[in-house]
Amino acid sequence: MTCEVLDARNLLCPLPVIRTQDAVQQLKAGDLLRVICTDPGALHDIPAWCRVHGHHIAGVERKDRDITITVEVGESNA
Amino acid sequence: MDLAVESGFRRPDRDSCSMAEPRKAVALISGGLDSLLAARVILDQGVHVEGINFYTGFCVEGHTQAIRKNASARPKRNNALWVAEQLGIRLHIADVIEEYKDVVINPRHGYGAHLNPCLDCKIFMVRKARQWMDVKGFDFIITGEVIGQRPMSQRRDTMSVVVRDSGVDDRLLRPLCAKNLAPTFPEREGWVDREQLHGFSGRSRAPQMKLAAAYGFTDYAQPAGGCCFLTDKQYAVKLADLWATRGQRRYEFDDIMLLKVGRHLRPRPHFKLIVGREEGENHFLEGYRKQFTHLKPVTHSGPLALLEGEADENDLTLAARLVARFSQGRDAEHVGVEIVEQGNRSRVIQVAPLPSGAVRDEWYL
Repeated sequence: MTCEVLDARNLLCPLPVIRTQDAVQQLKAGDLLRVICTDPGALHDIPAWCRVHGHHIAGVERKDRDITITVEVGESNA
Repeated sequence: MDLAVESGFRRPDRDSCSMAEPRKAVALISGGLDSLLAARVILDQGVHVEGINFYTGFCVEGHTQAIRKNASARPKRNNALWVAEQLGIRLHIADVIEEYKDVVINPRHGYGAHLNPCLDCKIFMVRKARQWMDVKGFDFIITGEVIGQRPMSQRRDTMSVVVRDSGVDDRLLRPLCAKNLAPTFPEREGWVDREQLHGFSGRSRAPQMKLAAAYGFTDYAQPAGGCCFLTDKQYAVKLADLWATRGQRRYEFDDIMLLKVGRHLRPRPHFKLIVGREEGENHFLEGYRKQFTHLKPVTHSGPLALLEGEADENDLTLAARLVARFSQGRDAEHVGVEIVEQGNRSRVIQVAPLPSGAVRDEWYL
């Protein structure tokens, strides 16, 4: 299992979702991707994207303006 | 997890299919009602459907919600993702910002009422979907188009232009108006049953709303002025001004983002001010401070303003008086305005706010 970090700060949705999508395509099932973003819209959009693709949200943290969403890549990643 | 099964959608009855595996269709999902319905109609025929959504940079949803604080009370959602969840299908969001520039700048079929290259846009998106279809091994493409629904891209004659110029051949199925068109390859091959498709036409939304109600869709995005800033008159004015003052038709992503934010005033031909209208916009504009000369009142609450272009001392004074006009000190004798020129030279000048009558209507873009 690997844990990658994606810096999507100062990007407005849907760009954080698109960057997440591109990063997840490079990962395997069970891998983690920590997406750091600043657009609160990502709190809705990244989990929604994960749901339709069978990935899981392993955690959400907020610190100042930074929002970190941890995605666990699902078995459906192909 | 099979989301389609989880959400209760009917899967193909293998015994009734001529193929062992269901055919695969990629649906152009805008986030609006028509593409939602079109995809659902085909899902109901047992076809495997996945969605694709193209991000051009001109999409209305998302950015303005994120930027403007006074819109923060409204629920934020990406409508294309919402549609995918309703349908239980995968959605692929494609960043086409760079490729799309040529569509906006050089539309072969021209613009609509403003700077909206709707026909070229549809051709572009169908062509991209065709490329995606070929790479992913899908069989055909679905759109939510309805004959007569849009004046430029959804007429009988222009819909055939989309087929011709996109190179999609007859792998493009429009389930909501298919009965008004010649049978396409998926229909002729029996991949879909033409009898279960629809024959909608015209600008009325009533048939779509009735179908949505039959499916139980209630919270879909309401069409209100389109989903693209290029159809917006004021936005088109600002984009045309950008091209005119640069002397060439080009743009970068930051340019088209900034056109969505703030008041845009051009008090002199050689410079423009972008003035934040509220806290969220001021915060957004702060991210661009290093790229622009910028001004902000320091003795009174007021907006951040970016100055684009060349400005001499007289111009900077005029800009400061304008910014003071939009501050809480608009009725004060003097307002202190900080000016930070590119290169970080910072100073504060005291100016008399411009009287309201001195802010000319023609300055507003």
